Amino acid sequence: MTPAIRADEDTEAEELPPDIARRARRLLGSLARPYRGGIIAFAVVVALTILASVLDPVFVALALDEGLPRAADGDVTALGWAIGGFVGVTLLGGLGMWLANRLVGVLAQKIMFDLRTRLFVHTQRLDLGYHEKSTSGRLVSRQTSDMESVQQFLGYSLMDALSALGQMTCIAVILVALDWRLALVVFAGFIPLVFTTRAAQRTQRAAFRRTRTSIAKVIVHFVETMGGIRAVQAFRRQPHGRQRLESEDEQYRDANVRALRGVAWFAGSTRLIGNVTQAAVMAVGAWFVIEDWTQIGVLAAFVLYLRRFYGPLDELVQTFNLYQSASAALEKIAAVLDTEPTVEEPDHPVALPARRSADAAGRELAFSAVRFSYGEGPDILPTFDLRIPAGQTVALVGATGAGKSTLVKLVTRFYDPSAGTVAVDGVDLRDLADAALRRSIVMVTQESFLLSGTIADNIRIGRPEATDAEVEAAGRAVGLDADVARLPAGYATDVRSRGGRLSSGQRQLVSFARAFLADPDVIVLDEATAHLDIPSERLVQSALETVLAGRTAIIIAHRLSTVEIADRVLVMEAGRIIEDGEPAALIAGTGRFAALHRAWRDSLA
Amino acid sequence: MRSLLRFWPDIRRKLHVYLTIIALTFGANAISLLVPALMGRIVDGPIAEQDLSALWLPIAAVLGIGVVEAVALWGRRMIAAKVVSQWEITWRARIYDRLQYLSIGVHGSWESGQLLSRAINDMTQLRRFFAFGAPFIVSTPFVIVTGIIVLTVMEPAFGLIAVLMAIPMLAGVIVFNARYQRESRASQDTMGVISTQVEESVQGIRVIKAFGRAPWVTERFEAISAHLRAIEVRKAYLDSWMWAGTMTLPRLAMAAVIAVGSWGVLAGWTTVGTVVAGVTLVMVLRIPVEMLGFLLSDAIMSVTAAARYWEVMDTAFDITDADGGIDDAPPSRAFTGVLEFDDVAFGFPDTDLLTLRGVSLRIAPGETLALVGATGSGKTALASLVPRLYDVSSGAIRIDGTDIRELPLNELRRLVSVSFEEPILFSATVADNVCMGSPGAGEAEVWEALEIARAADFVRALPAGLDTEVGEQGLSLSGGQRQRLALARAVIGRPRLLVLDDPLSAVDVDTEERVQRALREVLHASTTLIIAHRPSTTALADRVAVLDDGRIVATGTHEELLRTSRTYRDLMGASAPEEVRR
Repeated sequence: MTPAIRADEDTEAEELPPDIARRARRLLGSLARPYRGGIIAFAVVVALTILASVLDPVFVALALDEGLPRAADGDVTALGWAIGGFVGVTLLGGLGMWLANRLVGVLAQKIMFDLRTRLFVHTQRLDLGYHEKSTSGRLVSRQTSDMESVQQFLGYSLMDALSALGQMTCIAVILVALDWRLALVVFAGFIPLVFTTRAAQRTQRAAFRRTRTSIAKVIVHFVETMGGIRAVQAFRRQPHGRQRLESEDEQYRDANVRALRGVAWFAGSTRLIGNVTQAAVMAVGAWFVIEDWTQIGVLAAFVLYLRRFYGPLDELVQTFNLYQSASAALEKIAAVLDTEPTVEEPDHPVALPARRSADAAGRELAFSAVRFSYGEGPDILPTFDLRIPAGQTVALVGATGAGKSTLVKLVTRFYDPSAGTVAVDGVDLRDLADAALRRSIVMVTQESFLLSGTIADNIRIGRPEATDAEVEAAGRAVGLDADVARLPAGYATDVRSRGGRLSSGQRQLVSFARAFLADPDVIVLDEATAHLDIPSERLVQSALETVLAGRTAIIIAHRLSTVEIADRVLVMEAGRIIEDGEPAALIAGTGRFAALHRAWRDSLA
Repeated sequence: MRSLLRFWPDIRRKLHVYLTIIALTFGANAISLLVPALMGRIVDGPIAEQDLSALWLPIAAVLGIGVVEAVALWGRRMIAAKVVSQWEITWRARIYDRLQYLSIGVHGSWESGQLLSRAINDMTQLRRFFAFGAPFIVSTPFVIVTGIIVLTVMEPAFGLIAVLMAIPMLAGVIVFNARYQRESRASQDTMGVISTQVEESVQGIRVIKAFGRAPWVTERFEAISAHLRAIEVRKAYLDSWMWAGTMTLPRLAMAAVIAVGSWGVLAGWTTVGTVVAGVTLVMVLRIPVEMLGFLLSDAIMSVTAAARYWEVMDTAFDITDADGGIDDAPPSRAFTGVLEFDDVAFGFPDTDLLTLRGVSLRIAPGETLALVGATGSGKTALASLVPRLYDVSSGAIRIDGTDIRELPLNELRRLVSVSFEEPILFSATVADNVCMGSPGAGEAEVWEALEIARAADFVRALPAGLDTEVGEQGLSLSGGQRQRLALARAVIGRPRLLVLDDPLSAVDVDTEERVQRALREVLHASTTLIIAHRPSTTALADRVAVLDDGRIVATGTHEELLRTSRTYRDLMGASAPEEVRR
């Protein structure tokens, strides 16, 4: 599973494990558990509401069969009671409905909040390997479109489904009590109903899974286009983008049409079964009344109940529809949640020893018998040992693909080594709490991503509790001050989407300011000065030297100017460290670095 | 409401189909209203007369109605499935396309998640509405009115009861409508913010992880998600009033029908059969009335979704061809390639501050001009003006003497080949990505471009060579590799005009050397504007312009400027580096 075959894995990522339906149910169970009390209260209210609402035809039957004949004889009390009872249960039912809606609204939203947060936290916990394999659009679709599906079901349909089922059960009981022979006619309709539902469930689950998968592809394409809109326009990619959206969307449409037509068949056949049953009940009922085996009020109640018995079927169909869509969505979410990060926080973290002194905060880094490969793939870094003493500045040099970035990803614990240990001041990185690790070791990368918010917010990522003065001091230290002063609101300027307003050099300075604010023991720079002009780069370097004096630093840079501030140079090739020494000594030698350095010297003015 | 009506042209195109859907909805609902009347007929006819044989006709009618209703239901859903699913993707295609052509400046003013939630969530809402809500909201009032008429014909007093019930209902609906609209808009907008935050948290995962800021972004996310929860709970509370009301009122009407009906039976002005029929009818009418609550909230959410859609669609194109449109494939003309900046000033659309002022430059055909300047001096902005990603605020840019605003936009963009500082590759093969610079280029040309960018070696080593999928959905390449592919894309097909924004910043020194040697040869064919940070890059250029705080402060050859311009010496790190360094 090297990243080289990612294109194939991509489709694989969409394939769900075989027991995914069970996992999704387990997820739902775990989400509901904290709200057991509320759910029970809700169930009670719904049950009472149903009871109240199914009782009303009883009062109708009472009014017609008992009240009316007696009223004809001059006694209106029975009629009064029947009508009074009817109004009473109606009001109770209304109150129950009101309460149940509020309860379900609150419960559903609490569960959605928990699910959103859980997915968000889990996504953040997942290792970089997972993120590098998965596209951002796919995770976005989990959190947006799939969440919406689940919310639709929880917020709108769960109650419908529960009350429909409850109503049908109550009505079944009442029908038996009213006239069990007529009730048998009604129940006969159940047999085809069960078969239809079974069949629909099977086909619809597959159909809705297809809609979730295809809409995710649409989202991925949409996110990619809008993220790269500059290039889209500059290279006139619009017709191509349009075609691609069309073809992705056509698949989504076809999946949707199939799912919706499946619903049509299901809805049509349940309705047909209900209506045929109704005609049968009327025929049999009328015959019974004529033969005087039952009363006319009972027949009236039966017909009324039947409407209500099969009426909720519509809602059930709708719910069934949303349920299938929601469970397909929940499966996708469960699949993300069930992915265990390969880089995990320890259960019993070890604390780092105290800093040696306030101004000598560097720490020693030690690689012992470290080997690294992606999964079972070929070794990217064959077994090696390396010790970087506290306070040393090391420059990492080598061609693209030599393994420099991989090595520093082990230092920042973006990946864990396949064998051996990476330790800081003798503590294995895997034994450090994430917070402690991140306080101690900080990396600045070539791509400086800005989050939405102000420039100050973005610098503050280095240390959220920093004061405005500290944020500005960090900005000043890296030479961002003059540029920020030109912006409309200074440090309070919004960086807008994807930081479009700052040049890439300025964004890199923001990244540096973050690192300064973070005040780490070990700083890792991965091509962090690539977009800077020479004076800015020098300013940053001199700031590095003063602000981070005594810190341990690992610097990857193509421009060998960086090397001038390094105490030690490591030259890498094909995953191995082939040269290791003081810069001056290496330059004077005849090795790879001496050659590189000469070439670089020549390229300067 | 107006926002929904604006979909009329699409609906009209499918009007016959959609009318069929509405007719089927209405028909299925209306025809089932006949069942209670038939029931009354059975009670007062065969049952009252003890005539079993007279039963068959009304029962057959009930059965027939039942079958017709089921078929109508099935038919409506079968037909609607296709139409509404098509509308959903048609409308998404339109919003996507609009966004593709809106200028970078406009894009900058929107959060990316807002666009996504409009294109996905809102379109799903509209699809659901047109499939279910809309036909019902059109037909339900008719069904209710028809029911009331049938009721009135049956017994005028019952009709009066139904009308009285409708009054508090309408009042409630009006109050509900106003509040629900507010919450619905707030909810949909918040969904957009959530999308943005999710997108950022995934795309910025390296930064977040590197600083251990997962707790911080989570807190941010929890805050917005709690905000959404609060809005959704308020919506649920509004729903609770609506649904309790729509459930209670028809039942109260039923009670009234029984009471008044019983009185009528006693007084002799109506029959038991009529009362049974009346009660059954109100019972049947209850279903559409109870649905009104749901329909209304659904309609309101759809109005909001539609309004958000039209907000994007109504945004004017600000960078267009001279005639206001944008032609995808305008006819191409031959240019010699003189690129001229004439007193150009530029400020970003949302600020009065000028990023560039009084920039005048002339680059002759085949000449290479390097643009140097400190971080934030406006180099990238200047480069973005040439392919009109932004328009100048004043002054003009001319190619062969023609103002670029007079050229068809896509002719200009074909003429001007660019490579960005941050290379953007698309989810497509390497060959496709490179060919984008010169559509229709053959494999030989692709290899030639890859050779110039010194990318041929690593492309050959990729799992599927030229056909390897790269970009977000494909293989992830290193920054240097992506940059070289982007460079190959820019130089393929020997473009007349070339704009290179720091094209080699992420490339290692060794490779940079070799790329430069190759570039030097092709650059003669193109008029080139190259943004440079390094002396090695400026050395490629025939002439260098120094940009300082948005103004050109010096131009000349590399050697001249080293002698005459202190700013240039500083930028090239040539002025006593010891001063800076300690």
